[in-house]
Amino acid sequence: MVDHLEPILEVSGLVKHYPLTQGILFKKQVGAVKAVDGVDFTLNKGETLGIVGESGCGKSTVAKMLVNLERPTEGLIKYKGEDLTKLSGKALKSVRRNIQMVFQDPYTSLNPRMTVGDIIGEPYEIHPEVAPKGDRRKKVQELLDVVGLNPEYINRYPHQFSGGQRQRIGIARGLALRPEVIVADEPVSALDVSVQAQVINLLDRLQSEFELSYVFIAHDLSIVRHISDRVGVMYLGRIVEIGRDEEIYDHPTHPYTQALLSAVPVPDPEAREHRERIILAGDVPSPTNIPSGCRFRTRCWKARERCALEVPLLAVPAEFRSVSGPAAHDSACHFAEEKQVVPSEEPGGMSPEGQEE
Amino acid sequence: MLLEVRDLHVEFRTRDGVAKAVNGVDYSVDEGETLAVLGESGSGKSVTAQAVMGILDMPPGRITGGEILFRGQDLLKLKEDERRKVRGAEMAMIFQDALSSLNPVLSVGDQLGEMFVVHRGMSRKDARAKAVELMDRVRIPAAAARVKDYPHQFSGGMRQRIMIAMALALEPALIIADEPTTALDVTVQAQVMDLLAELQREYNMGLILITHDLGVVADVADKIAVMYAGRIVESAPVHDIYKAPAHPYTRGLLDSIPRLDQKGQELYAIKGLPPNLMNIPPGCAFNPRCPMAQDVCRTDVPPLYEVDEDRGSACHFWRECLNG
Repeated sequence: MVDHLEPILEVSGLVKHYPLTQGILFKKQVGAVKAVDGVDFTLNKGETLGIVGESGCGKSTVAKMLVNLERPTEGLIKYKGEDLTKLSGKALKSVRRNIQMVFQDPYTSLNPRMTVGDIIGEPYEIHPEVAPKGDRRKKVQELLDVVGLNPEYINRYPHQFSGGQRQRIGIARGLALRPEVIVADEPVSALDVSVQAQVINLLDRLQSEFELSYVFIAHDLSIVRHISDRVGVMYLGRIVEIGRDEEIYDHPTHPYTQALLSAVPVPDPEAREHRERIILAGDVPSPTNIPSGCRFRTRCWKARERCALEVPLLAVPAEFRSVSGPAAHDSACHFAEEKQVVPSEEPGGMSPEGQEE
Repeated sequence: MLLEVRDLHVEFRTRDGVAKAVNGVDYSVDEGETLAVLGESGSGKSVTAQAVMGILDMPPGRITGGEILFRGQDLLKLKEDERRKVRGAEMAMIFQDALSSLNPVLSVGDQLGEMFVVHRGMSRKDARAKAVELMDRVRIPAAAARVKDYPHQFSGGMRQRIMIAMALALEPALIIADEPTTALDVTVQAQVMDLLAELQREYNMGLILITHDLGVVADVADKIAVMYAGRIVESAPVHDIYKAPAHPYTRGLLDSIPRLDQKGQELYAIKGLPPNLMNIPPGCAFNPRCPMAQDVCRTDVPPLYEVDEDRGSACHFWRECLNG
């Protein structure tokens, strides 16, 4: 945990709309895919912020904007007080060095025609000040060692590695410029279960070794909980609930978070009977046509008239404002109420016997 | 017994050598029962299923031994045209990726109706009516209006429902679902698994659920077969295996799930990588990654020891593993 909070990334009012156009010669905009529609969060130094949500909720678009692979339509991204969205040229280049990304798919995010040494060393071509030419090979070998690969593999090609090893290469590339922030977009979802744990442990170790701050994007809620200090839940382009991990997992107040948590299959057959599951009706609405008011109302079992008229703000709900407790965290719902959906003490199972002390 | 797979061997002949994908698999499933086949990529779980369905690509695949008994009849001895009568009508399969398993240029109604035209000799009109009925059954809203839609017009969850409808069309006795919800989001995954379980109960079908997700298994399965490098390393009723695994690989998988009380600590990780199927280690295939491995594990292939009446483990040291 972090003792003194020092914000390193501050995101406010972040919006990304992709225009939909009609016509070839005279393009006119007929609508927009509202991929990200007003996201605010702060990442503190040394902290891990997990972002969870289903496909299409905009979590990957947020990641791309953080590393400047996409320019936001609106909003600010402040790195140590400096707004990235206003920067260009040299100033932007020097800031981007400090925010690096690890991609989801280790099979397509590495160039098959480049050796591992070239892949990991490529960031130095763009930022030669970090490592002078003669030093690079040594630096790359150090990085290979740091991520748990044999430094002698420097001349091999990506296809000679397994999925987990490739993800290590991707992580080494992300570390090459000694960034302060790493944005990891589903870094383990393409890996086998037995290999996932290895990569999570590696990320954990690197965080303390290099004092990194992580934005960790994933859809696997148990992995996010394991690695994150704080968690934000996204739905249709917005964060609907955000707080410390126990606030979100043990005291969720937003109905979407509750449904999401209750839907996760629990690896414990004993829990099958006495588990309450909230099964949402229907699918996520299209981001071109977002419902009025609360965007979750079309699938929400609590929705009332007010939900269609008023957009709920991401703030501590009124009923929890006076109490200090884990339920008092930001939640964008008019009718927020606490509901425990994940049993906090596991009755019996979850872990094999003999593991429990 | 509805389906019994006995000592099945499948290999793939490739340019680089022979990959032994399935090396003696035994499992069985009865009516109304759910068997989960758990394993990582390359463990042979899908290849076994494809061999059962008779949709294995041959060549390069080759079934080199074993029997697949469906209601006592060995499917491997049937001719292709006899086999085709079994496939679809008696057993059906649900694939992982509905978008690439459905034909993009045919409407879903045509694809569902085709089952009735080909297997039951119905007219197109009757088949269309049947298709609507099926879509209703898997709870696709406004089925009659959507029967003419194409796969790309449906969402991921709806497409998977269409896959389920197609598998159910001829009311088979056995359904093999290969990672049916892996491509779906959690909230949709819950809908689809619920639907599948409900339909299974209704028709009293046998269900083979192929997955790598220990959570899904715990939710729906009656018994589990854990596969590693083309063999079943542990088979057991679902409650037993989560309480006390009798194989170090199963134990490793269970231990590597993040748990609440372990937050901030290092996760348990099985060291190393799954073996190359062209070069499976001698002795127990898991021995290079096993924390309990001893000399005998490097030389002798462990048989499936009987742990309990309906429980087996392919580990020389299953007793030690069971006791932690």
